[in-house]
Amino acid sequence: MHISKRTNISTGKAWLIRAIAILGALIVCAFVIFAIVKMNPIKVYISMFNGAFGTNKRIWVTVRDLMILTCIAIGLAPAFKMRFWNIGAEGQMLMGGIATAFFMINFAGKMPLPILFICMIVTSIVVGAIWGLIPGFFKAQWNTNETLFTLMMNYIAIQFTSYAVSKWENPPGSNSVGIINRSGATKNAGWIGNMFSKGYNVDYAWLVLITLVLAVAVYYYLTYTKQGYEIAVVGDSENTARYAGIRVKNVYMRTMAISGALCALAGFLAVTAVSHTISTDTAGGRGFTAIIVAWLAKMNPFVMILISALITFLNKGAIQIASDFGLNEYVSQIITGIILFFILGSEFFINYEVHFAKSHKE
Amino acid sequence: MNGFLNFLISFPTLLHSGIIFGTVIMYGALGEIITEKSGNLNLGVPGIMYLGGIAGLASTFFYENIYCVNNGVQPSAFLCIVMALVAAFLASALGALIYSFLTITLRTNQNVTGLTLTIFGSGIGNFFGGSLNKLAGGVGQINTLVTSASFRAYPAKLVNALDKVTEKLHFGLGTLLFSYGFLTFVAIALAIFLWYFFTKTRTGLSLRAVGENTGTADAAGINVTAFKYLATCIGGGISGIGGLYYVMNYIGGTWENQGTIEALGWLAVALVIFATWKPLRSIWGSYLFGVLYWAYFYIPGLTRSSQEIFKMIPYIVTIFVLLMVSMRRKKEDQPPASLGLPYFREER
Repeated sequence: MHISKRTNISTGKAWLIRAIAILGALIVCAFVIFAIVKMNPIKVYISMFNGAFGTNKRIWVTVRDLMILTCIAIGLAPAFKMRFWNIGAEGQMLMGGIATAFFMINFAGKMPLPILFICMIVTSIVVGAIWGLIPGFFKAQWNTNETLFTLMMNYIAIQFTSYAVSKWENPPGSNSVGIINRSGATKNAGWIGNMFSKGYNVDYAWLVLITLVLAVAVYYYLTYTKQGYEIAVVGDSENTARYAGIRVKNVYMRTMAISGALCALAGFLAVTAVSHTISTDTAGGRGFTAIIVAWLAKMNPFVMILISALITFLNKGAIQIASDFGLNEYVSQIITGIILFFILGSEFFINYEVHFAKSHKE
Repeated sequence: MNGFLNFLISFPTLLHSGIIFGTVIMYGALGEIITEKSGNLNLGVPGIMYLGGIAGLASTFFYENIYCVNNGVQPSAFLCIVMALVAAFLASALGALIYSFLTITLRTNQNVTGLTLTIFGSGIGNFFGGSLNKLAGGVGQINTLVTSASFRAYPAKLVNALDKVTEKLHFGLGTLLFSYGFLTFVAIALAIFLWYFFTKTRTGLSLRAVGENTGTADAAGINVTAFKYLATCIGGGISGIGGLYYVMNYIGGTWENQGTIEALGWLAVALVIFATWKPLRSIWGSYLFGVLYWAYFYIPGLTRSSQEIFKMIPYIVTIFVLLMVSMRRKKEDQPPASLGLPYFREER
């Protein structure tokens, strides 16, 4: 057997391989499901589809979750394009969420809504940029391992979130912040849907809009700007970049600040447009899932939407089977894991060709 | 001043809980050290620890509560221990095998594959853990009494005798030194063995060569693929014992869906860095992490919010070590040079 790198593969063939992989994964999942519930897997998949798209509300919830996941993955794209392993999205997102919640709790009703929003956005961006810049700076100066550094930063952010929750808990002793500005004089203050249309909340629409704008912006930034080009060169070869006169250290720091800021924006959105509260569940592991999304999408924001959609669909669907068949909802993680294993593995057959040795007798 | 004295008096108790806690992450870290020495950065440690924990628990649950109850026999402690260990090791090694197959044979990215393994493993663990809970009649109802008791058993006579000696000093020497399940001591022995293996044996040297410079190792005739596979799977198996230790010794043979194992898994990854990839350093490192983790409990006057800040310390200390290592560039403290890098012979 001999393995060689493919020089080029048509897009159609590449997607065919991916489709086969997903199909294979669904078949394996069907076996797993059958082993557990002893039900016709097709029926189970129909039930999954209902879970994700069955009602209007469910569609919106699916769209909401897929947008947040996409948004984090978009934030990771610049760093990954630079081959900088930012595993810290979870933490960067939480820091953005904390900054947002801080203003919603302490300044609602004390400043006009537009100014409140500007404060929320700007502080999240700044905090996230700092959170990303710290590992970026040390990578640039001393080549400190960024994978491990950003991983540790996550847990500092998680503890920081727990700290904030215990400071802001409402009602006291509940160990949760509760829905911020749910009622009273400051009702819905800082909820993004409330920014221009008082009384009628269109939070999710804003979420979709902002995420799509970010997708286009980041795609443009990475593909058509000088800075985006620099990122790609540094990612391909640091030495080439240095010979070409690119200031590699600056690129590292700038890109990580941008990446951290974008991930923090996802945290901002998760608080202002989705949960209207803050807890460690604001990120809830999605910072890690987004890493896989960004990688599988090869840093293309539009493909990220597709992959996020697949993962979110599986997640919602599995939660539905769980409730239909009286299982617990962790089944979604098993299914997601299996499908991701298959998609990851399929990349091999897209990038490489396997030749089986032929006998030379003839 | 009084507060400080109180803290001093309670320190042996703190160290005791630190050691119990530390052993969980010591197993996780020792396994990951073996894995990383072969150049594979496996971020699936939390998932692997889940696999080990649930396999050990499920196998002994069915043995103790179903097989033995149905047949009316007394569960054998020896069988319980062997079964739990074998199941935990095999399940975790199997998880690591998925990772190895994907990263080594199918050449997928290590970080992404590891994270997927974490999602998958925690899914398996919590799904079956939750289902076992249901089977046993409700949350926290699983009980593998015999297994957990045999894992926790310690020489009581010796402990009591030693405790008497130091009674006047307000602490129990026996409790501090010997009141742990046997896995605690196995972990120390394993760390010492690994130190010996890495530094004094030919195979250990070859393994390190694979992690330092894969191409050179390959050229020297070392079977790189076999080393990577074996190191990752055995390492995974050992990490999984950490999950088993958590389930049997730490929470006493039951299951909780709280994500604690995941947090401990990441702490194990942190410990690998803290120990700068040295097994011996992971012994006191893990106990230090344990002490730091529980310190908030013994320091008087901490509010709940300041406790949360306190729990950051292990991670901050780890970052500090990571920075020192990269700034001082001391040769013997560096991570394996090809850590996280893929190796394809054809692409050199």
